[in-house]
This record gives sequence, structure tokens and C-alpha cells, in this order.
Amino acid sequence: MTPRRAEHVAIGLMVSGAFLALAILFFIIAVIMIKGLPHITARFLLDNPMDMGRAGGIFSTIVSTVYLLVVSLVIAIPLGVGTAIYLTEYTEEGKITKIVRFGTECLAGVPSIILGLFGFILFVIKLGFGWSVLSGGISLAIMILPVIIRTSEEAIKSVPQAFRDVNEVLGGSKWQGVTRLVLPNAAPGILTGVILSVGRGIGETAVVIFTLGTSLRTPFSIFDSGRSMAVHFYILAREGISMDNAYATAAVLVFSILIINIFSYYLMHKFVEARR
Amino acid sequence: MTVDYTLKAEGFNLFYGEFHALKNLNLSIKRNTVTALIGPSGCGKSTLLRSFNRMNDLIPGVKTEGAIFFDGEDITKETVNLVRLRQKIGMVFQRPNPFPLSIRDNITFGPRVMGEKKSDVLDEIVEDSLKRVGLWEVLKEDLNRNALALSDEQQQRLCIARLLAVKPEIVLMDEPCSALDPIATLRIEELMLELKRRYTVVVVTHNMQQAARVSDETGLMYLGELVEFDKTKKIFTSPSQKITEDYVTGKFG
Repeated sequence: MTPRRAEHVAIGLMVSGAFLALAILFFIIAVIMIKGLPHITARFLLDNPMDMGRAGGIFSTIVSTVYLLVVSLVIAIPLGVGTAIYLTEYTEEGKITKIVRFGTECLAGVPSIILGLFGFILFVIKLGFGWSVLSGGISLAIMILPVIIRTSEEAIKSVPQAFRDVNEVLGGSKWQGVTRLVLPNAAPGILTGVILSVGRGIGETAVVIFTLGTSLRTPFSIFDSGRSMAVHFYILAREGISMDNAYATAAVLVFSILIINIFSYYLMHKFVEARR
Repeated sequence: MTVDYTLKAEGFNLFYGEFHALKNLNLSIKRNTVTALIGPSGCGKSTLLRSFNRMNDLIPGVKTEGAIFFDGEDITKETVNLVRLRQKIGMVFQRPNPFPLSIRDNITFGPRVMGEKKSDVLDEIVEDSLKRVGLWEVLKEDLNRNALALSDEQQQRLCIARLLAVKPEIVLMDEPCSALDPIATLRIEELMLELKRRYTVVVVTHNMQQAARVSDETGLMYLGELVEFDKTKKIFTSPSQKITEDYVTGKFG
């Protein structure tokens, strides 16, 4: 084969690979939309499930999902961003940073079913939180922590060193530099990590089923159990309760992720604009 | 009449790990003058400048020997209050680096990290600082504009104003014009001459004409040593060292 021909073949393969990836995405979305959309109505969104989800809507699972995500973000963002600040601003590259980084990599590699079991044993049983938004929130926070640490670290590193130097020159302490210059300039990048985490958390079942439980009631207290949309979808499909409602739930899930993404990028864009 | 020196290095040495970057430097900088440090790349002039306000502390593995006195106090000691030192001895960098904030917030950044909160005091500082760098008339209507929208020259002036807002005594400038066009460079040079009435200016420059135009005294550095330090006129007309003559006449560097 001549080099020219080899190049053509390579390009052909790469382009078809790219199209295949895109096609798979469209296929999945299309299937979910075609099967799910016809069953989504205002009542489906605003009514609570009845008869184990055979009838009624998914309102309580939407509330559970949002509640769960908020709790896990409230825990994971300060921890994750704090770790990232420590790693980038307060230590020199060395043994400690290597160990912490390796640890977060390992944490990212733990299968979610194991995290679920861990959360079940520690939070649900040992600490006595029961199946609850709290147990689920903490467990989910552990799962998304590595993503938040990694993206925050990258975002903080991309803030120009000159800002830190000028802060020093003007007599600012390290902490003042972090809060007044580094974090505001790293915010778009950190937000990207948070969006990724929300995307992962919203679709998570293994961790959630063990820690939040599967109760169909609407959680009010942080100690109430609930059922997230992803878990609801899983149970409806697995137990063959109602494939129509399962697909409709999946469609709502996909839509939510889409809306969260678009809204966050819009916010981020606004934020960057305002600082220009 | 005794000469009023504000900065004085005595037997000052600096090491980056094993590398001996500054070798036994002795020099004195007079108050209210412009002092230029010239020399080929890598000769240590920026390192010396950064030693005056301990900015080298940010680099791991830096060790120093000897002393640098600022108003009689040895600033190389561990016990020196760095925040206070850097407030007194400020620095302007090579590239204009305003924060991506409004013009006003750029200038009030320093005073605010030092705890100033009263808006009338801050307003006064903004006006005063901008006046000193010749930007007040141009920008007084636009204080809320983002600083990144300014021209390079205005950005560099703003960075100087941001520094003056913390009321330094000495202004260190590390090739402050290297990112500017020739006309802007001349105007920043005029500003340096203006500044020396109230401040002491030390400027590192690659540009020999600049040293000749703005400075009262000039030091030539070569391979970490201070080859010659004298009145600028003497350095450029009748230097006592062969290396100096070769450098200022452009034979190397």
C-alpha cells in the first residue's frame, strides 16, 4: 500500500469511527424519546407514583433526585475544591501530593456497587442513618469527589501565576490570593467539574439503591428515604412493572441532564462575560 | 553632605540549589533616583531585583548569603515581615498583568487586602493613584470598565497605579516596557522620571538606550557579578571596565 493510500484508509477509518460514536448517541436518545415521550404529560411529572409505579407519575422521585444531588454537592464541593486548593496552592509537589493524587485516582476506580455496599454498611447500618437522603448524599459525594478534585485542580492551575505574584507584591496573604483571585478565575472550570458530577450522580443507581433506599414517598427530612429517578427506572424495568413508565422516566432523566448542561454552560458563559 | 541610601547590598550571594546565581554583590541605591540594571540575558539582574522584595522566596531551593539593607534593616533575615516589606518595596512585572476586574477594583485590591474598607478612602486612593500615572483624566468616567479592555500601555500604567495604591517607597520594575511599542515605551519612561520625585525606582532593562535615557545610575551585571556600578553618564561615556565598554557599544549581549 502506498503512503498516500494508507493515509486515505486511516482517515476513512477515523471518520467512520467518529460518525459511529455520534450515531450510537443519537440511536440511544432516539429510542428513549420515541418510547418515552408519548407517556410524558404534566400529570406524569406532577403526580406521585401509584400502585408501585404502574400508574400515576414520578413527582416524588424527581424530588428525591434533586434532594439527593443537592446534599451530595453540598458535601463534595467544599471537600473537593478544598483538596484541590491544598494540592495546588499550599504544598509543593512531593510525596504528599503524589499520595493524595494516587488516592483520589483509586477512589475514582472503585466500582459504584462497592461504594453502595460501603455506604450501606457504614452510614445506613453502623451510623444508623438508615436508608436516607443523608446516607445517599454522603455516598454519592464520595463517588463524585475525584471528579471535582481533578477538574478543580486543573482549573486552579490554569489561573495565571502572575496573579499570585501580584497578590504577593501587594501584600496579600496566600488565602486572600486564593479567595479574591484564584477561585473567582477558576470558577468556570470548577463549575464544569460540578456539571460532570451532576451528570454522573443523576444517573447513578448502584450507590443510591443501597443508601437512599427505594421508598416511593416524597422525602422531607434529611433522614427520610426515597427513590431517585434512575432507581425508579431500574425497578420499573427490572421487575417488569411498566415499560411505558420506565421509558418515560428515562426520557425525563435524559432531558434533565440536557437542561442542566445547557443552563450551566449559559451561566458559565455569563460569568466569564461579566469578568471580561 | 551625606548621601541618602535606601537600599544597600553587602556581600550578597544567591544560590538556586547548586547554581551560584549572584556573586558577592555590593551596591547602594540612592533615594529618589532611577537606577538601571543592565546586562545580557541570564546575568542575574532580574534575580537581584527580585531579591530586593524577597520574591525569590516563591522559588523552592533558593538560598542567600550576605545582607541587603533597607532603611538599615537586613531584609534577608528569616524574621522579616514579608507583607510589610513588599508593601514598602513594590514590583512591576514584564507583561502588563491587570486582574480581570474593573479598573477601580484593580487599584483598590492592595488597600483592601490590607483591610481598608471605607469607600471614600478607597475612592481617594483610586483618584490619587490614577493621577500619578497620568490615567485619571482619561479613565475617570470609566472606572467600572474591565481593565483588560485597556491598551497595553494603559494596562501597564494601571499596574503601576495598582502598586502605588499601597504606598510603596521603592518601585522595582522588571523590563516594564518589553511588551510595549516604542511610543508607549517612551511614555512609560517619562512616567519613571516623574515617579522618582516621590519614589525610588530600580529598573531592569535589556534596552541600553532606555537605561541611558531614564537612569541616574547604572549597574552592569555579567554572569552573576556586578561588573561596574556608576553614574549612568560615566557608564555610557567612559566606563572603567572593558566588559562594560563592550556591552554598551553592542559588541556582545
